Amino acid sequence: MEVFLVSLLNGLVYGMLLFMLASGLTLILSMMGVLNFAHASAYMLGAYFAFTISQYIGFWPALVLAPLLCGTIGAAIEMYGLRRVHRNGHIAELLFTFGLALIIEKVVQMTWGLIPVPYRIPAGLDFPLFTVYGTQFPAYRAFMLLISALMFGAIWLGLTRTRIGLVIQAALHHPEMVGALGHNVPRVFTTVFAAGTALAGLAGVIGGNYHVTEPAMAFTMGPIVFVVVVFGGLGSLTGCFIASLLMGLIQTFAVVLDYSVADLLKWFGFTVTSATPFHEVLTVPLPRIGALLPYVLLVLILVFRPRGLMGTRDT
Amino acid sequence: MAMRILARAAGVALLACVALAGPATAQGTIKIAYTDPLSGPFAQVGDANLKQMQYILDYINSKGGALGKKFELVPFDNKSQPSDALIALKSATDQNIPFIMQCSGSNIAAALIEAVDKHNSRNPESRIIYVNCGAVATELTNEKCSFWHFRFDAHVAMKAEVMARALPKEVTKVYLLNQDYLFGQSVQRDVKAFLAKLRPDVQVVGDELIPLGKIKDFAPYITKIKASGAQVLITGNWGPDMNLLIKAGIDSGIDLRYYTLYAHIAGGAVAIGPGGDGKVRSVMSFNENVAPEIGNKEAEEWTKAFRDKYPFDFYAAGFRTIFEYLQEATNKAGSADPLKIALALEGLKHKDFLGYETVMRKDDHQLISEYFVGTFKKGVKYDSEKTGLGWATEATILAKDLEQPTSCKMTRPAK
Repeated sequence: MEVFLVSLLNGLVYGMLLFMLASGLTLILSMMGVLNFAHASAYMLGAYFAFTISQYIGFWPALVLAPLLCGTIGAAIEMYGLRRVHRNGHIAELLFTFGLALIIEKVVQMTWGLIPVPYRIPAGLDFPLFTVYGTQFPAYRAFMLLISALMFGAIWLGLTRTRIGLVIQAALHHPEMVGALGHNVPRVFTTVFAAGTALAGLAGVIGGNYHVTEPAMAFTMGPIVFVVVVFGGLGSLTGCFIASLLMGLIQTFAVVLDYSVADLLKWFGFTVTSATPFHEVLTVPLPRIGALLPYVLLVLILVFRPRGLMGTRDT
Repeated sequence: MAMRILARAAGVALLACVALAGPATAQGTIKIAYTDPLSGPFAQVGDANLKQMQYILDYINSKGGALGKKFELVPFDNKSQPSDALIALKSATDQNIPFIMQCSGSNIAAALIEAVDKHNSRNPESRIIYVNCGAVATELTNEKCSFWHFRFDAHVAMKAEVMARALPKEVTKVYLLNQDYLFGQSVQRDVKAFLAKLRPDVQVVGDELIPLGKIKDFAPYITKIKASGAQVLITGNWGPDMNLLIKAGIDSGIDLRYYTLYAHIAGGAVAIGPGGDGKVRSVMSFNENVAPEIGNKEAEEWTKAFRDKYPFDFYAAGFRTIFEYLQEATNKAGSADPLKIALALEGLKHKDFLGYETVMRKDDHQLISEYFVGTFKKGVKYDSEKTGLGWATEATILAKDLEQPTSCKMTRPAK
């Protein structure tokens, strides 16, 4: 029970962090068809910007300024980079963002150095909020949950209750039609791209001091975010939300469940011994392959349900 | 237009590469190829190593180098991949470089040992010595030992013994968490062996292997460790795997002590932070407070000069010992011929810059030197990475107490 409750909380926090990153990416991918490889780089930039800003004027202004800065960079990338590359098709866009991700990583290394920067949790939030069976639950994690929940609410309201939200939703499915109706679709694209990057930046601001702010953080976060987006399905924010929480919980619970395929087979009265074929694979405990599970799910969903969990069209 | 700018940028980058490659071909130096991850998730480790090596070599060169020539470091990025390390080896032998150095990754080391052996037996005119500065899986100087491989860091079994001896009496429950590859498995095996031998009262309540460099959130592991009732976590993790693990542990506020092999290298102190006061120990070849603690003014000044220049600690006293060995052996051999240098290195004794006796054991080419256990705490003379906390030496183990038997059966080349 104790382990279950703490793992549930940890899984939620991690899942919500994934959602903050993936929500922006899923909007960009479903609308513009661009698999933005540089998305996790915006997460990293958000963390580094927040670190630098918080050194001068504190954490709270950084919470606002760093995502804005990321959003501005995102807008610039879309307007001066992607839009030009767009003419040459999706492969060119993909390669463009891939190159961008590598360049951003190098620039970060040259600016802030290779070793982690001391980006710390603000003193006002650095206390245990409550204790679950002797394990402290830091207030900062609750704060992360709060921010991401607020963000989910804001995006959802924005997309369903505002005019621009309706235009974006329409452009998700029928960009030509929206253009024909007289809306400025390129500007909508820029807005979405900037907003997506800003969200990734926000995730960086609150994820950077929860984890460690270092040049490898984009690289380690990137692949899992793609899994979430594809798993959740194109064009569906709800699917993305469910997929994020699912991935967070799967990775958390995989660690604490010390079982292997052999244990499962035992239930059916089949005992695995060292003489059984493939016994090495069968006896690998779940925690050792936990990090791999999301990718297994990715492969499975692409085979059996290419639209993803709640997607409205094929990936 | 964008394409044109991109092309121009690529051109500039290419030119820069050519310009950088220039000095490597300069004549009249003794070159040392160095290959480690200089990009990717473990780049921070390779980069910190490189800066410290450069600092040490500048000093060694100011003291005359060897044979009247200066030493010169030629870095090759191997991205933590054995295949890239072998490409580096190929370029090094193509340029007739007499030494190849590699520190990070025992899997890479194993591949290098084999490749160097093959190369040297097939190409006696361009032999190369493999200087191992930190790949510490025990078997590399035991079952897998080679005449051309010299290891200058204590291997895992030696470190495990130091750790088992340093474990306080009241500790009875430990948890092992290591990276799932040659080195991590070596830590797992050797720590268990020495605990069984030296501390039969200690129970291993958890034993975990994690995929190398893949975990982003260690909080679930901390939950599991807490549930196991362990008092001490023993880990050989390094790089982000170490930093994220300790940070998650300290943040959760659980009552746990950490016995590590690599908490003291670049990035560790920042990750531990002020919350880790007195909780983290590391088995290390050096820390910046050793020199003032033993009253060695000269060594203190020398490390302080590094400190003033770079934003991270100087932890690589072992590298200085390496370069002093290479300097002495090259001078003794009287030429830069790898075979002569290798023979001169065998059994060579040397007093390191702290004043301790060390020896390059002839049987297995394993350096036997002193080792320390450090505690990360407040109130030390030199803090780490500007955290206000630093490493204080808790125990010093002399070389003679660290000598373990070897199973190495070495094939020596004909002289």
